[in-house]
Amino acid sequence: MSLSTWLPEGAVRIRAEASDWRGAVRLSGEALTEAGAAEPAYTDEMIRTIEELGPYIVIAPGFALAHSRPSPAVRRAGLSWITLREAVPFGSAKNDPVDVVVGLAALDHEGHLEMMSELARVISDPELLAALRAAGSEDEARGVLDAVGS
Amino acid sequence: MKIVTVCGMGIGTSVLLKMNTEKALRALDLDGEVEAADIGVARGMARSAQIVLTSAELAEEIGDVSAQVIVIDNFTDSEEIGRKLSEALG
Repeated sequence: MSLSTWLPEGAVRIRAEASDWRGAVRLSGEALTEAGAAEPAYTDEMIRTIEELGPYIVIAPGFALAHSRPSPAVRRAGLSWITLREAVPFGSAKNDPVDVVVGLAALDHEGHLEMMSELARVISDPELLAALRAAGSEDEARGVLDAVGS
Repeated sequence: MKIVTVCGMGIGTSVLLKMNTEKALRALDLDGEVEAADIGVARGMARSAQIVLTSAELAEEIGDVSAQVIVIDNFTDSEEIGRKLSEALG
C-alpha cells in the first residue's frame, strides 16, 4: 500500500516555510491535526519531547521523525509529510540541517506497524527520498509515492 | 543474539531502527531477535541483550550496561547498521 494512503487530505505540506526547528515541528503537528490524527496539544507534546531528549528524532541526513508518546491528544495513528523550502538546524551533530519532517501520532506501540513498515521502505530508499525532496507540489509528491506503492 | 533498539518513546525511531536492523541481519545472514524499546525500559532490557542500538543523544542516557552499546548515525541506512554490527561481533 502506498504511503499516500496514510497521508489523508491536510497531512502534506510541500516547500513550506519554517524559521527554526520548533516552526518545522509545528507544521508537522498542524498537518496531523488537520488530517484528524491528533489534537493541537500533541504538537506541544512533540516539541517538549525534543526539548527533553534532544534532537535524536533527526535519524537520517536532513530527515526528522517528529513524534511524542501515545497520549489523549492522539485520535488515531497517522503521519504527516512536510518538506521545507529552506532547511533548518535541529542541533543534530550528524544529520543537520533538516528539510524533511514526518509527523507521527500513535495510539500504542504496535497498532501502526504496517504504516511504519511502509514509511521505513520509503525513507530508506535514497532515490525515492530524493524524488520526494524535489517534488514541487503535493500532487507531485503523491505521484512519486503512488508510483512505488505496492 | 538479542538486540534492543532504543528511542525516546518506543513508537517511532526505534521501530524504524528495528526494521532496518532486521534487514541488516538478513543481509549478513545472521539470526537475531530485535526488540524496540523506549529509554525508560531500555536499561532493564539491555540486561538480557547482547547489543543495544541507539542514537548518539540517547547512548549517553543509557549509561553503564553490560550490553554493547552501538551508536547509529543514520537509522535508515541498513549498510551502516550492518557494518557496525559486524565490527561489534568481531
